[in-house]
Amino acid sequence: MRPLPIVSLRARGHLLAAPAVQIAALARTGVPGFEDVLARHGRAPLEAGVIEVLQVNVGKLCNQTCGHCHVDAGPDRREVMSRETAEQVIELLKRHPAMHTLDVTGGAPELNPQFRFLVEQAAALGRRVIDRCNLSVLLLPSQHDVVPFLAAHRAEVTASLPSFRASGTDAQRGEGVFAKSLEALQLLNAAGYGKGGGLVLNLVHNPVGAFLPGDQASLERDYRRELLLRHGIVFDQLYTITNMPINRFLEHLETSGNLERYMELLVASFNPHAADGVMCRSYLSVGWDGALYDCDFNQMLELRANHGAPQTLAALLAARGPTTRRVVTGRHCFGCTAGAGSSCGGAVAG
Amino acid sequence: MSETYYRPHDLSRFSEMGKERPELWAKFLDYYNSVFADGALTAREKALIALGVAHAVQCPYCIDAYTQASLQNGADREQLTETVHVACAIRGGASLVHGVQMRNVADKLGM
Repeated sequence: MRPLPIVSLRARGHLLAAPAVQIAALARTGVPGFEDVLARHGRAPLEAGVIEVLQVNVGKLCNQTCGHCHVDAGPDRREVMSRETAEQVIELLKRHPAMHTLDVTGGAPELNPQFRFLVEQAAALGRRVIDRCNLSVLLLPSQHDVVPFLAAHRAEVTASLPSFRASGTDAQRGEGVFAKSLEALQLLNAAGYGKGGGLVLNLVHNPVGAFLPGDQASLERDYRRELLLRHGIVFDQLYTITNMPINRFLEHLETSGNLERYMELLVASFNPHAADGVMCRSYLSVGWDGALYDCDFNQMLELRANHGAPQTLAALLAARGPTTRRVVTGRHCFGCTAGAGSSCGGAVAG
Repeated sequence: MSETYYRPHDLSRFSEMGKERPELWAKFLDYYNSVFADGALTAREKALIALGVAHAVQCPYCIDAYTQASLQNGADREQLTETVHVACAIRGGASLVHGVQMRNVADKLGM
């Protein structure tokens, strides 16, 4: 990876800050359309069924500026979810028991003023709550009590750690992030996370470069052994997630001359079984402003839920309820169907 | 001179070695895939060993393939570099230790 820029694409006035420019850049690579490949494998159109996971992106504010960030998050971003929208999220959960999980992401979701409200309310409804955590945020003075808060509400922590070694983690996430990540993981372990007692701590591995992740089970063995032996850290599961060719990872692919090669790799690695298990089939993604998307990646490309599906929380609450919807797709979707597949819960196919 | 014996795209033609004797190719692939399956060693460890051997036998195809495989399986540049040094040390050491043969001959023949 190249040295990390210190601010988001948006703050730098980069052309790629515009979703339309990103979509056009992927089209220029010459790879086929996603729907065409789906159809070739008898999988078109891609349709979502019952929504089991409500993934809420509370905003783009983050204390880090990672080189692969699909959100283009950073300290300069100011988009944050309001209380009114957070209340709509909780209302939606109340009305739809099938949505058994609230998955809270960002940015660094802990920095959002509504984060604790969402966790408390969803936990009170008996829902599984996931905090997608960048780890270093837990060390900020303003977050000194967030670990006990998460533990008190039995919230799962899904934490980013692209490598069990410093060089890979720092190359992707910023100088010194690995050391902070270890410190945060030790805090979580000390609070009982990752020890099999019901406080779940999962780790996320993203490749540190323009290639697919390795075998999830094998990487998990390496992580488990190395983190325990060298740092005394334990965790529950490792999720491998493919880097999505949008926002800052797209910038990296362009500047390193890897874009065409990476897109060809994703397409050549298309796995129909992975397509059967993509997360958009059972997720619904909510933006900081209450807009609805088929996934967090579509959200970042401003591709709203469509084909007749409600496009905002307010519209969904006014409707009779979520029904089967056709998923909006693009060439970035090859990121979820390559190799063993990729989702917010890791690999989806063996 | 643009023509070389080693051309990157020839790696993707590897399977052509199965054309005349498919049963031998199938046995090789079956063995190869079993060797690289997760076992007592992880995929990362096996990829790094393969990378070291690739340098020892100086196979550009294998260097390309197992640099990628090592990265993909979670190794970093420092580990890749150490692996190449291990290959180098063993290759160099193997030459040097044969110096004992030289000494044996010299001791026998010399005065």
